[in-house]
Amino acid sequence: MEPHEFPHIEQQLAPVFERHGCEANQLLKILREVQEIFHFVPPAAITCVASHLGVPRTQVEGVAGFYFFLSLKSVGKYRLLFSDNVTDQMQGNPELMQYFCHKLWLEPGKVSEDNLLSVDSTSCTGMCDQGPAALVNGWPLTNLDRDRLDLIAELIHDKKPVCDWPSMLFEVKDNIRRAGTLLGEPFKPGAAIRATLDRGSAATLMEMEASGLRGRGGAGFSVARKWSLCRAAAGDHHYIVCNADEGEPGTFKDRVLLNSYADLICEGMTVGARIVGATQGFLYLRGEYRHLLKKLEEVLARRRATGLLGRSILGETGFDFDIEIHLGAGSYICGEESALIESLEGKRGRPRNRPPFPVTHGYLDQPTVVDNVETLACAARIALQGGEWFAAIGTTQSTGSKILSIAGDCARPGIYEYPFGITLHEILGDCGAEDPYAVQVSGPSGTLVSSKEFDRRISFEDLPTAGAFTVFKRGRDILQVVQNFAHFFAHESCGFCTPCRVGTQLQKKIVDKITHGHGTVYDLEELKHVGHIMQSMSHCGLGHTAANPVLDMLEKFPDAYEHKLKNFAFEPVFDLDGALETARNITGRDDAWAHLS
Amino acid sequence: MGALVMSKAITIDGKSVSFIDGQTIMDAALAAGVYIPHLCHNPEFEPHGNCKLCIVSVNGRNMTACTMPAAEDMVVASNTPELDSDRQALVQMLFVEGNHICPACEASGNCQLQAAAYYLKMLSPHFMHFYPPREVDASHPDIFLDLNRCILCELCVRASREVDGKNVFGISGRGIGTHLVVNAASGRLGDTNFAVTDRAAQVCPTGAILIKRQGYKIPIGQRTFDHKKISEVQMEPVKRTEPEHE
Amino acid sequence: MNEKRKIRVATCSLAGCFGCHMSLLDIDEKLFDLLGVIEFDRTPFTDIKHCGPCDIGIVEGGVSNAENVHVLKEFRENCKVLVAIGACAITGGVPALRNNIDLWDCFQEVYLYEGGLEGNQIPNDPELPLPFDKVYPIYEVVKVDYFLPGCPPSADTIWKFLTDLIEGREPKLDYEMLHYD
Ligand SMILES: Cc1cc2nc3c(=O)[nH]c(=O)nc-3n(C[C@H](O)[C@H](O)[C@H](O)COP(=O)(O)O)c2cc1C
Ligand code: SF4
Ligand code: SF4
Ligand code: SF4
Ligand code: FES
Ligand code: FES
Repeated sequence: MEPHEFPHIEQQLAPVFERHGCEANQLLKILREVQEIFHFVPPAAITCVASHLGVPRTQVEGVAGFYFFLSLKSVGKYRLLFSDNVTDQMQGNPELMQYFCHKLWLEPGKVSEDNLLSVDSTSCTGMCDQGPAALVNGWPLTNLDRDRLDLIAELIHDKKPVCDWPSMLFEVKDNIRRAGTLLGEPFKPGAAIRATLDRGSAATLMEMEASGLRGRGGAGFSVARKWSLCRAAAGDHHYIVCNADEGEPGTFKDRVLLNSYADLICEGMTVGARIVGATQGFLYLRGEYRHLLKKLEEVLARRRATGLLGRSILGETGFDFDIEIHLGAGSYICGEESALIESLEGKRGRPRNRPPFPVTHGYLDQPTVVDNVETLACAARIALQGGEWFAAIGTTQSTGSKILSIAGDCARPGIYEYPFGITLHEILGDCGAEDPYAVQVSGPSGTLVSSKEFDRRISFEDLPTAGAFTVFKRGRDILQVVQNFAHFFAHESCGFCTPCRVGTQLQKKIVDKITHGHGTVYDLEELKHVGHIMQSMSHCGLGHTAANPVLDMLEKFPDAYEHKLKNFAFEPVFDLDGALETARNITGRDDAWAHLS
Repeated sequence: MGALVMSKAITIDGKSVSFIDGQTIMDAALAAGVYIPHLCHNPEFEPHGNCKLCIVSVNGRNMTACTMPAAEDMVVASNTPELDSDRQALVQMLFVEGNHICPACEASGNCQLQAAAYYLKMLSPHFMHFYPPREVDASHPDIFLDLNRCILCELCVRASREVDGKNVFGISGRGIGTHLVVNAASGRLGDTNFAVTDRAAQVCPTGAILIKRQGYKIPIGQRTFDHKKISEVQMEPVKRTEPEHE
Repeated sequence: MNEKRKIRVATCSLAGCFGCHMSLLDIDEKLFDLLGVIEFDRTPFTDIKHCGPCDIGIVEGGVSNAENVHVLKEFRENCKVLVAIGACAITGGVPALRNNIDLWDCFQEVYLYEGGLEGNQIPNDPELPLPFDKVYPIYEVVKVDYFLPGCPPSADTIWKFLTDLIEGREPKLDYEMLHYD
C-alpha cells in the first residue's frame, strides 16, 4: 500500500529546508531529498515545499512530474533501473531485467506489494563499456549478470542499505585505451590559472581564438566567440557552467574526465571565469553520475584549500570564483544548454525561446557561458600551452583532439583520444571491431554510418561527434537498434512543443509496427513525413534530430527493414485480433467470428 | 505620425511590414493585418511558442514567429503551400493526441483548434489516434475542465499567472505525459480559488475549459467560426487595440 | 460521350447513426439527377447484401466490432475509390466516447447490473458481432481515398462532393462546407 499520511512532514523536511534555504531555485535540490526520504514526492510534501519556497503548488508538482528520478507515486525503498541503451540491450539487459522480475514476482514499472522494491528501465546510464548496467537508488551497478542479480535480490530481501552493499557491485573503471595530448600529458593544478594571470585575460582569449577550439558538446560553436560575447555582455553577474549532463546514449567520456581529470575541468572553468568575469560557476552533473559527487566535492575542497578556488585566487585580489555542483535528476533534455539553465534554476528542463541566448541572458537572466566538460579541459590546456600548440593538432577546421567513447561490438571498449581527422577504419581497427557493419557516431542524435562510409573522418567538416561511437557487427539487427533509439527519443522528449511531443510517439509506434512485422511501404512514407515535421517544426535540437536514426536507416540500410514489410499497400494501424482479446475474455467466445487475421 | 519611429521593416510574403524594436515577427504581422496561423499565441500574454503553428521561413530558416524578434531585412515566407501543409500536420497531431469528438463538444464552432483545422483544410486527423485516458473535472461550481481537449497551449496558465495573479494552472509530466495540473492538493479545480470571472476562464482556445450552463446558448451553425475564418476572427481584437500612433 | 456507363456506388453504415445516410437522402430532388449517372450496389436503400465491384464506396461510421471489419474490407476490395463520410468514420465520432471506458465496465453495466438486459448474463452467441476494446476510424483499418467530414455533412456538401467526384474533379469544399460537427 502507498503511504499517504504524513502528519510530521514539516519536521521531516525541516533539515532539508535548513540545508537549502528558501530560494525558489533550490526546488530541484529539495525535491531530490524529498524523494530520498519518502521514495516519492507525496502530495503533502508538494504542499509543504510550495509554502516554504513561496511558489505555487503547480510549480512544485510540475518539477516533480518532469524528472525521471523523481516520482509522484511511490517507487519503493529500492528502485532498480536497468539501463536500456542499445549496448546494454546487446549485452542482454532486457533478459536480465526479466530474470530479476521473475525471480522476485515483480512487474516492471510497478512497485512490490510491501512497498520495498520497484524495477524499471532508464535511458543510457553511461556505462556502455562495462554493461549491462543499472542504477539502484541512483548508484551505478556495472557488469551485471545473473549471479550479481541473485546477490542483489538477497541484499534487498535482507533490507540491507545500499551503502552497505559490497563495493565490487559498484566498481566503475575508466578504461582509457588511447591517451593523446589531453589525457596523456601531466597537468599541475593551478598551472593554467597562473599562465592566464601572467598573460592577462584579453591575451588568453586571443590564445583561445588562435587555438580554433570548438565546443565538444555537439554544436561545435567557437569557444573564443562564446566567451567574448559573454565577456562583453552587460549584467550584474556573469556565470560559467560546465555541462556534465552527458545524456547522449553511448557517451561516457565526460564520466572519465570527471573521475580522473577533475582538476583540468575546474581549471578550465576558472580560466573561463577569469575571462568572462564570472564569480560563480556551476557544474551540472547528470543524476546518473551521482557516484562521482563525493570525489568532485573533495576536489573542490582541495582547490579551495590551496587557493585555486574561493577568494583571491592564487593571491590575485579581486579574482573570486567558486564552483557549485548541481545534480540532475534523470532528463536527457537537460543537456541542452537553455534547458540546463532552467534546471539549474530549479525548474522543469524545457528549452527556452532563443534569442536571447545564454551568453547574454542565461542563469537568472544574466550572461552565462555553458560549455561541455571536454571543452573546458581543452581550454585549460590551451591557457597553459597556448593556442598555436593546440591548433597544430587535428585538421584546420577541427583543431585539437577528440575523445571518443567506444562501445558495442568491439574487443576493447573504452575511451580513445584521437587527433581530429581520424578515419573510422583506423578507429575500428584500434578497438578490435570484428566485421563491423555500422557505427552510430555521436549517439542517436548523430549519424548512423554504414560500412561503405568507413573512410569518413571524425571532424566538424565531415562526421562531427559529441563522443559516442557505437559499433555494430555484421548480423546485428539495425531495425532493432533504430527501434531502441526511437523509444529513447519518445521517452526523453520534454513535451513542450507539438511536433516533438507527438512526433516522437508516432515515430515510435510506426517503428514498432514495422518491427512486429506489420509494416508496409505506406509506413515508410509515414516515417519520412513525421521525420520531416519533427526536423522542420521542432523547438530544439532534440526534436530536430529525433528522426536521424530512422531516416539514416531508410536511406542506407534497406536490408534492415525490407524483409519485414508486408507485401500489401496498407496494414491496419493496430492489431485487429488483439483488439478483440478483451471482448473474447469477457464473453468466453473463441469461435471463428471472434477472431480476425 | 509614427512614420519616423516605424522606420524598420521586414517583408512577409512580399509585403513590407514595419516594426519597432522589441516586437516579434507575430507582433509586426498582427499590427499590419497580416495573418500568420497561431494557436498558443494571444497578444495579451507573454509569448509561449509551443504549438509551432506560427512557424515561418525567415531567409530560408524556419523560425517561430510569435517568439522571434523582428529584425531588419528579414524576408519572411508564411503563406506557402509547404508551410501550410506542415501546419496541417501539426493540427492533425494535436487532434490524435487528445480525444476530440467535435460533435459532442460544447466548444464546437467556437473552437480555435477546429477553426485552425478548417483554415488549413484538414479533412481527417490522418495519424493514428492515441485515445489517451484523460480526466474530466466537474468539481468546480461554474466551470468544467475537460483534459481530453487540452492542447497544452498554456494560455490559461499564463492568464491566471499574469492577469489574475492566482497561478491556478500549471504543467506537469513530460513528453507525451505532459498535462495540465491545478493548484490544489486534491487535484480538483473545485478546490482552487478559480473564479468564473477570471481571465483564465475565458482564454482556452478549445473546449477544455468550459463555463457551465452556457452550453448550447448559441446553436451550432451560428457560432464564431461557422461562417468566419479564424484568420478574420483572430485579427479582430488586435485591430481594436492597435495604437493610434507610436 | 452518350451512353455513358453508370457509375456504381455502394454505401454502408458501420458504427454510425445513419445520420450521414439521412443527409444523403436530404439531397432531395437532385437525387434524381444523381440517379441519372449513378446506380447503387449494396446500400441500406437496396437489399443487396454484399458489395460487388464498384466505382465508389461510401462508408459511414467507425469500426467498433469484428463485423465492421469484414464489411469494411469487402468495400475496400471491391471499390475503386473509398470515401469515409462523417465524423464517426473519420475520427470514431460519438461512438468513440466509449473509448475511455473499460470494456468490462460497459458489459457489466449493460448486462449484469440491476436493470440490465438479458437476465444478468453476458451474451456469447457467435451471431453477435464481437466488440473491439475501442472504436476506431476506418482509415486505421483500410486505406481511405477521400474524407467528407461533418456530423453529418449537409446534403449540399454531399452533393458538391459527389458531383465533383463523379465528374472527375478533385472534390473541393468551400469554407462553410467543411465542418466537424
Ligand atoms: C537534446 C540535447 C542534449 C544535449 N546534451 C548535451 C550534453 O549532455 N552535454 C553537452 O555538453 N552538451 C549537450 N548538448 C549541447 C548543448 O546544448 C550545448 O551546445 C553545449 O553544452 C555547449 O558546450 P560546448 O560549446 O562546449 O559544446 C545537448 C544539446 C541538445 C539539443
Ligand atoms: S523539440 Fe522536443 S525536447 Fe525540444 S522543446 Fe520540443 S518537445 Fe521539448
Ligand atoms: S475542443 Fe475543438 S477540436 Fe476538440 S472536440 Fe471540441 S470542438 Fe472539436
Ligand atoms: S486548458 Fe485550454 S487554455 Fe489551458 S492549456 Fe489546455 S487548451 Fe490551453
Ligand atoms: S503561435 Fe507561435 S508557437 Fe504557437
Ligand atoms: S454517422 Fe454520420 S457523423 Fe456519425
